[in-house]
Amino acid sequence: MWVTEEDVPALADGCAVLGTGGGGAVDTAVPVAVQALRRYGPVPLVPLSELADDAVVVAVGGVGAPTVSHEMLGSVAQPERMREEVERVTGRRIGAVMAAEIGGSNGVEPVAWAAQIGVPLLDADGMGRAFPEVQMVSMHVAGVPVDVVVVVDVVGNVSTLRPVSGEWSERLVRAVCVAGGASVLVASYILTAARARGAVIEGTVSRALGIGRSLRIGGDRLAALRAELGARELIEGKVVDVDRRTGGGFVRGSVVVEGTGACGGRMLRVEIQNENLVVLEDGEVRASVPDMISVVDAQAATAIPTEMLRYGQRVSVLAWPCDPLWRTPRGLAVAGPHAFGYDLDYRPVEELIDVHA
Amino acid sequence: MSTPDAAGRTLKVGIDVGGTNTDAVVLDQGDRILAWAKRPTSADVTGGMREALSAVLADLGPAASGVGRVMLGTTHATNAILQRRSLGRVAVVRIGAPATTAVPPLATWPADLVAAVAAGSAIVEGGHFMDGWPIAALDEDAVRRLLGSVAGGVDAVAVTGVFSPAVTDQEVRVAELAREELGADTPVSLSHEIGSLGLLERENATVLNAALYGAAGEVTGALDAVLAEHGLDATAYFAQNDGTLMALEYASRYPVLTIGSGPANSIRGAAFLSGLADAMVADVGGTSTDLGVLVRGFPRESALAVEIGGVRTNFRMPDILSLAVGGGTVVAGSPDAPRIGPASVGYRIAAEALAFGGVTATLTDAAVVTGRTTVGSRSLRRQRAAVRDLLTAALAASDDMVAGGVDRMSLGDKDRPLVAVGGGAFLIPDAMPGVSEVLRPERGDVANAVGAAIALASGRWETVAPASADRRAAIEQASEQAVDRAVQAGAHPDSVRVVEVTETPLSYLTEPAVRINVKAAGPLAWW
Repeated sequence: MWVTEEDVPALADGCAVLGTGGGGAVDTAVPVAVQALRRYGPVPLVPLSELADDAVVVAVGGVGAPTVSHEMLGSVAQPERMREEVERVTGRRIGAVMAAEIGGSNGVEPVAWAAQIGVPLLDADGMGRAFPEVQMVSMHVAGVPVDVVVVVDVVGNVSTLRPVSGEWSERLVRAVCVAGGASVLVASYILTAARARGAVIEGTVSRALGIGRSLRIGGDRLAALRAELGARELIEGKVVDVDRRTGGGFVRGSVVVEGTGACGGRMLRVEIQNENLVVLEDGEVRASVPDMISVVDAQAATAIPTEMLRYGQRVSVLAWPCDPLWRTPRGLAVAGPHAFGYDLDYRPVEELIDVHA
Repeated sequence: MSTPDAAGRTLKVGIDVGGTNTDAVVLDQGDRILAWAKRPTSADVTGGMREALSAVLADLGPAASGVGRVMLGTTHATNAILQRRSLGRVAVVRIGAPATTAVPPLATWPADLVAAVAAGSAIVEGGHFMDGWPIAALDEDAVRRLLGSVAGGVDAVAVTGVFSPAVTDQEVRVAELAREELGADTPVSLSHEIGSLGLLERENATVLNAALYGAAGEVTGALDAVLAEHGLDATAYFAQNDGTLMALEYASRYPVLTIGSGPANSIRGAAFLSGLADAMVADVGGTSTDLGVLVRGFPRESALAVEIGGVRTNFRMPDILSLAVGGGTVVAGSPDAPRIGPASVGYRIAAEALAFGGVTATLTDAAVVTGRTTVGSRSLRRQRAAVRDLLTAALAASDDMVAGGVDRMSLGDKDRPLVAVGGGAFLIPDAMPGVSEVLRPERGDVANAVGAAIALASGRWETVAPASADRRAAIEQASEQAVDRAVQAGAHPDSVRVVEVTETPLSYLTEPAVRINVKAAGPLAWW
């Protein structure tokens, strides 16, 4: 299977939905991917099962402030600088590039990076969604130690880090990112295909493509999206309040949706820290991280990133189960509600919804 | 409503220059329509404006001396881009290498528009990070090389620096270099004067602005000349993309801001004329049909980046879907596979359309053949059956296009009325799926001009503030600045109000910050 220039719009729509509000706006990534595929040709999309045990897989993502990356576009030289450094450190050729994070722009741009350095794209990622911190990845949950992290900024500076833990990786990458202009390319994990098995979330590039294609069939787009995701609709209504602020390097805040139509008379609040993390109604939790929460346009069914939420928008709030890996005790320790400072115990979204249905 | 000026002048003239027709209306103090006229838009723009203005002034008689203000709305710039004509050739300078090379300038543009506009482009070293730290020193030699290579084949220069809204000096320096290399007569568009953060969208808007100087000069020069001819000592305003007004001199430097003003005015005019506050609006001109949505008396704004002629920009604009369906739209193909537009005979319709004795089949002819209108001077009965079949099939295809567009714009909100305005409103059928009824208000043919005449003056202010407790104070300060600017633009101090506050957090920085954009607007005041 190949990813072509024509696949990019569907991939982008799918990645936006999986971004659960974050991961960076995909519209910046689309021309980057289109340019690269036009210039270098289609990229092979390979499942993990097709890679030899000793093939080198590099998990790559852009790290930075979404508003900054809209202004500070990347350099064509960054992926090549990364490849040189990864191969210098490992002494091996790269076998495949993997998205560290399928959600948002970080799910789209790896296509360009794979095309630019001439290697396949792995049909997998490290989150199955978007998360704000470098250590919130499946590899960390699976116990793969962070070894070498390579950070390449827009002017070509390469910083190679050897952090002692995922937390240190996050702290150091953030410092280098800020120094490098708040928009950098990061190879966060370098691992063999053997080590990747069970430590990555497989099939997520195909899933994003499937989501994007479901929006292109015609008919009721919202119903098609819900069916494709296996998602429940928590509310359909109008955005009546958006409260956003930045703190600790994140967008934090909440958005209030007032129900319309069959949802009339109801109010629901979505708590945000870059991504949509918790949905509350009448003081009770309706869904919470690491389960997936996406605010989509009520008609077009396209995902609305947290930064694009505006008063008056007609939206549907969808929730669906995360990958089982995130529901393990270690998964919840890394990316459950407590990891984001919420004093609440995680309960799967399918149990919570039925309480109020 | 407006108040008289010191000389007691209370009348205002709204003029709309469309691709096909130029409309003029005169409104009194109570916004009653005293006179109106519709004349063909001339190739030189001036002729049509002169004709339309002369007609309404003649209607007024001695009362014409009461005209104190002229508001001009025009789709001239939009049409220039859509039809790729009257566009200047632009040298595109992006300051940002080695960053930003992943997407070169104009890479996202349609090929035919690039061919019409691009004189040459380069990403030169320079630009800044958000905190002001340089990406690289400005590579002046590279700028001079690009400008030298295009000298003689370039009409304007567009300059876009990374984070120039925060650090403007390199863009200003490139403007100096352009004067040295190309002479002071070559206009230069600087991105920090045109758009906000978002490199590609701001760059696109800046290049379009540079490409439009010629088209803008045609319009502003014409208005100046026509006012002088009539001895009118009236203040001139141009309608801009958010449906508010800007001064003439300002409009000639930022022609791209007039893009979208036509649709905004037609929606506001349609609201005024129909008395409706919530409706779909179809403004059918000679070249295109603009579909918009009226929400509580104002155009619904697009939440997304707006595409103009296939190019993304980041202006806040009315949410408009533009279809290549207009009275002058050229019909081709066969009855089995009719082709509609995008070419239009435009203002030459009265000479070129079949119904006027010409040889070009247009959608107006299609409307005549099917009995939707009776314009023209020649019967189409004697046309060959194949031509009549083609016209009939073309109108059916046009109806499908409009119905599809209405469906998209309805966002599922069915059964609102559709207000059909503009000179080509007869192309819209009397019934359509998804709308409760089709309304054709009196004087709907000059709705754009009415919308221009009743437009507000506005001001904007943008700032970046720490995302702390000071944020509230920063919003208040920005609001005061925006109100001041609106008053400077002509708004009445007592009625101007803040109509929009947009906050954009800038996350992942050592010092958390938020970008604050405030817009204030109000009715024009006389002093």
